[in-house]
Amino acid sequence: MATVPSDFYKLKEQQIQQYLHDSIQVPPELRQNVLVTTLDKLYNWSRRSSMWPLLFGLACCAIEMIATAASRYDMARFGMEVMRPSPRQSDLMIVSGTVTKKMIPAIVRIYNQMAEPRYVVAMGACASGGGPFKEGYNVVSGVDKYIPVDVYVPGCPPTPEALIYGMMKLHEKIERQSIATVPWYQEGFSGYVPVPRLGPDIFDPRQVELIKEHTLQATREAAQAAQAAEPTKAAGPAQLSDKARARIEEAKRRLAAKRGG
Amino acid sequence: MSEPTAVAEGTEQLPFNDAVPGAVLGTWAEETDKAYLVAPDKLIPLLTHLRDELGYDYLSNLTCVDYLTYQGKKRKGVQERFEVVYHLYSTRKGGGHIALHVRVPENETVPSAVGVYPGANLQEREVYDLYGIRFEGHPNLRRILLWEGFHGHPMRKDWKEAYYEQDTKPFKSRHPRGGYQFHEDKLPWGKNTTYPPGWDPDTWQEPVAYVPVSMAPHPVVQDPEEEERRPHVHTESIVINLGPHHPSTHGVFRMLTRVEGETILALEPEMGYLHRNHEKIGERNTWLMNMPFTDRLDYLNSMSNNWAYALAVEKLAGIQVPERAEYIRVIMAELTRILNHMWSIGFLLNDLGALQTPALYAIEEREMILDLFEEVSGSRMMCNYFRFGGVVRDLTPGWLERARYLAQERLPRALDELDRLISENEIVKARCRGVGYLSAEDLIALSVSGPMIRAAGVAYDIRKAEPYGIYDRFEFDIPTLPNSDVYDRYYIRLLEAREAVRILQQALRDIPGGEVHGPPAYASATLEEGFGTILGGKGGYTLRPPEGEIYSRIEAPKGELGFYLVSDGKPNPYRYHVRAPSYINLNALGPMCVGYKVADAIVVLGAIDIVLGEVDR
Repeated sequence: MATVPSDFYKLKEQQIQQYLHDSIQVPPELRQNVLVTTLDKLYNWSRRSSMWPLLFGLACCAIEMIATAASRYDMARFGMEVMRPSPRQSDLMIVSGTVTKKMIPAIVRIYNQMAEPRYVVAMGACASGGGPFKEGYNVVSGVDKYIPVDVYVPGCPPTPEALIYGMMKLHEKIERQSIATVPWYQEGFSGYVPVPRLGPDIFDPRQVELIKEHTLQATREAAQAAQAAEPTKAAGPAQLSDKARARIEEAKRRLAAKRGG
Repeated sequence: MSEPTAVAEGTEQLPFNDAVPGAVLGTWAEETDKAYLVAPDKLIPLLTHLRDELGYDYLSNLTCVDYLTYQGKKRKGVQERFEVVYHLYSTRKGGGHIALHVRVPENETVPSAVGVYPGANLQEREVYDLYGIRFEGHPNLRRILLWEGFHGHPMRKDWKEAYYEQDTKPFKSRHPRGGYQFHEDKLPWGKNTTYPPGWDPDTWQEPVAYVPVSMAPHPVVQDPEEEERRPHVHTESIVINLGPHHPSTHGVFRMLTRVEGETILALEPEMGYLHRNHEKIGERNTWLMNMPFTDRLDYLNSMSNNWAYALAVEKLAGIQVPERAEYIRVIMAELTRILNHMWSIGFLLNDLGALQTPALYAIEEREMILDLFEEVSGSRMMCNYFRFGGVVRDLTPGWLERARYLAQERLPRALDELDRLISENEIVKARCRGVGYLSAEDLIALSVSGPMIRAAGVAYDIRKAEPYGIYDRFEFDIPTLPNSDVYDRYYIRLLEAREAVRILQQALRDIPGGEVHGPPAYASATLEEGFGTILGGKGGYTLRPPEGEIYSRIEAPKGELGFYLVSDGKPNPYRYHVRAPSYINLNALGPMCVGYKVADAIVVLGAIDIVLGEVDR
């Protein structure tokens, strides 16, 4: 008969305490036999222990992301070694690098294709806020201008340690979530983000009215300025064309003929 | 080019005019930097003459300068706004370049050089995209880094970004009265976008660009037996899109392929998904501010990029580098080369389908090299270690011993291990031998450089052909392989890494003591003894190279990395152009893939070894 280690019951007790929800009372005689937890804790524990990141590298930070997954830093310790190339199979998008205007429609589309629950980590200065390239004409100053971000990891690029710290912060965030309140189980929830379009410059479909107001306002102002410069040209009612005048004359003639007849 | 522009009066004495009459209008000829002003209509005959008669077979660099706001003295009285610049080299003779300048007024065209040098293809498209200069006769003049429909040509000096503050840094408006002003708050939509007045997003239609894959030859298989057996079955070629998010494109790169079954009929690279405006930002920065930006070009090899830029500015400003700094530079550059080649071999295997395990082996030593980099520079990848006239700080105590251990023990062993693991592997040989062939002549015509041409039997290495730094002191060989296929491109990298270890061992043996930056030291520069004193001008913190221009290049791990810089004597570069090897090597991607399978295209791309930070800049 196998002997039970002396501190087995103590360890068991600790384990139960760890997963014990405050409001559940476990009778003392059952404490050594059953493990009681809440669905939230079980659910969050399993989710955070097997986050599958999207295999998605943008720029310099992607190299450090690969280094994090490689043997020295070994992201497999967090259950994150399975990098999926398909957005349908992944839970986590690590936006690793500079987000450009040409690329952001693809990023938003990939984000939309990921199934809920999904998380986004902005890795590095560029993804967080544009970084050193912020002034650039083709650079989006932070991926959070388009998609919601859960964790920002600063650095240019962040060291693998920094990325791992960001992952642990994300784990903490996941552990605090509850099935009852997470948005993706609410009625009528849609996490869909409208895909930005490439115009003369990138534009967000949500801002079309705002943009129109400003661009068309600019033309109105230009027209007003032109009018102010040449006031005589615009004064008075518009002149009819010869063709229109001929048509009116024709109609008048026909009416007169009808009345006369 | 420190002498003022001298356009000669009698054009008949000018060179090449006996062969191509009226081609050269003037010259800035010096011993090192030969530059000629060329008449636009005589450009193509002159290029043909240079290529066929004088052996200048390699178009290294093609770019453009917008002289709208030029403040120097040299261009007094010149009406034309743009100047298209060509830099030609000879791969047979080695040595320096010939520069050709073509002056172009606004809204006029330049004849395309694609017919003479097919390698001009991507570079002319870039000039068209960023400057709006049309190249007459270019077969595929589309935007390349930006998208069709983008408003304006952003590298023009009168084009301002949404977050525009001032023409040059440092900006005075960044911190008004102690608080940071956010750019986002200045625009109603909170993003760095601008829209032309009168533009209506509701009626906007994205212009459809004509991509040449759709016009690729479309052979119909005429097999009478097959026709008889299955009379109603016909095959049709289709277009397959790879990327921009694709695990094997090494970043955000897109390939449009037209395939018949699995065979590629045409392949067109699409890029710009990481175009982060390096050059526009570089023209706002001061000269030194660009140094950390060069780290982010080819982000695997920040030390090489630093060197290329530092070298160009040193040539322009005439700065001397002390002995110890030269040795440190060689050590850093060769460590970078080993790192890069091991990385590219590992990920080539990844592309072949050997997922992750070979890559893990290959980048094991990388971490040790990065430790050395971190120790001297403070950062693993973005080292920002070089300065004009040396390096930023001396090596730490014990660094050399660790580097020697690495160079003597670990790196040769790691390379041998990779060799044993990969070179004789049956699957690697079956997948790589004979794949992606292109002849040496074609590769040179397409302006391909680096390990790619050495794997085709061309022994051309800038470290030997036009030595820079102190490379002429070391004993090393240029390995070449004859077959010009993916296998040779893999194996040449291994051989080059071994040569790099050889150079490293010699440099670590011979490194002298002394200063690591020239007088006056960057770190201790005061207002009186600043950079100005070495340049013979006014003192000051900021480097102001004399008016002039320079094209300087080094042998980066991926190929020829060049910087074309124009100074107008002000604290900011007037023109800052990067000749990126990854970008120009992509000229060969389409021709190399035609006739092979789709799966081979991935491997061919992996063997070119691109980094998107450098492709798109």
